[in-house]
Amino acid sequence: MVVKGVQFRNHRVVGDILELAERYCAEGADELVFYDITASPDDRSVDRSWVTQIARVLDIPFCVAGGIRSVADAEDVLNKGADKISINSPALAKPALITEMAKRFGSQCVVIGIDSREEHDNYFVYQYTGDPGKTIAAQRLTLDWVSEVQQRGAGEIVLNCMNQDGVRKGYDIEQMAAVRAICNVPLIASGGAGAMQHFLHVFEQANVDGALAASVFHSAEIPIPELKHYLAKNQVDTRR
Amino acid sequence: MSNIAIIDSGGANIASLVFAFERLGRSAELTTDATVIRSADRVLLPGVGAAKSAMERLADAKLTDVIRSLKQPVLGICLGMQLLLDGSEEEDVECLGVVPGIAARLPSAPAYPVPNMGWCATRRTSDHALLGDIPDGSYFYYLHSYALPVSDCTLATADHAEPFSAVIGRDNFVATQFHPERSSAAGAQLLQNFLDVSL
Repeated sequence: MVVKGVQFRNHRVVGDILELAERYCAEGADELVFYDITASPDDRSVDRSWVTQIARVLDIPFCVAGGIRSVADAEDVLNKGADKISINSPALAKPALITEMAKRFGSQCVVIGIDSREEHDNYFVYQYTGDPGKTIAAQRLTLDWVSEVQQRGAGEIVLNCMNQDGVRKGYDIEQMAAVRAICNVPLIASGGAGAMQHFLHVFEQANVDGALAASVFHSAEIPIPELKHYLAKNQVDTRR
Repeated sequence: MSNIAIIDSGGANIASLVFAFERLGRSAELTTDATVIRSADRVLLPGVGAAKSAMERLADAKLTDVIRSLKQPVLGICLGMQLLLDGSEEEDVECLGVVPGIAARLPSAPAYPVPNMGWCATRRTSDHALLGDIPDGSYFYYLHSYALPVSDCTLATADHAEPFSAVIGRDNFVATQFHPERSSAAGAQLLQNFLDVSL
């Protein structure tokens, strides 16, 4: 499963997003994730008029993230055609939200995004990471939070390793493997993909269920069909 | 041009099924109206969420007997497939009982996370027309925690810790555990087959 993040800001770029979404879909991306990364730090909810437009053209699953703070927010996004919703900062602010959403929509709709940073030989969760000026430590250990969100009904975890993010030196295999060891729901690796080998290594060495990348697909540095061919050739179960 | 009715079982993301038919050049009506459902040429029963609340919604809309008595082709999708069974282990709920079997919780094992979310290779075990022109081993998109074990009604299987029923059929009722509306070209072919088959 290869996922693609697209930063979404406002109506003006809907055209671009639709075009990009269709392109990735045609190229064989297995799932798309749309992040409005500043929704939570700016204390506004994701602008949702585009969700329906995306749902009309895509025939692969997609997930919407950004400022979904209530069951009503989630319901709106799902009713507009999203397959899953992903919550990060709002779950840290109100962990009971995870349970409420899982009960209402089923765990399979509820993805928890975790931004994690390695410090002092441990992993810590960060909040409001969309805006560097507002990012704060969430006062939680990553492994504790991974356990808690599962108990509360999360159906999937996207782990974004902040140390690796945008550096293109590969996923944080050690951290992914540590989380995998206690994660019984699907685990998606995020942060650090720069080469096709990085995808292979994270599947082989950390046994993740999917790998998400943004930069390398945006820039077309790694063409999706080529990546999937490479992974399949290296015995990673890949849809083609 | 036949009428397509999608039963509004109240779950989320039903819109994506309407859009899938739009992409096939067809319009489908989302409805809880028994008259519309009875007179449709094709009926779909989608569903996302918990079996118990979905059954309660069907009962509130007075649709349980309506669905049981349908004679035209009916396609259940995901939770909609489980609703067609005798029941589900999820909260021990009794379902519609038009296809025999009980949906069981997927066993959680280290290499097999639950929910099962993602693309799974799907192998046919029958030459049913619903699977026509779909290459064996095609990948479909799954999102579920419960599944029907392989049974006499199984038309195709996929693997989790154990193989499970990916597609089932009995008389005019067929169903998929995966989401054809989110399964790319293979899913579109299955929906087209459903419009074309005579069951």
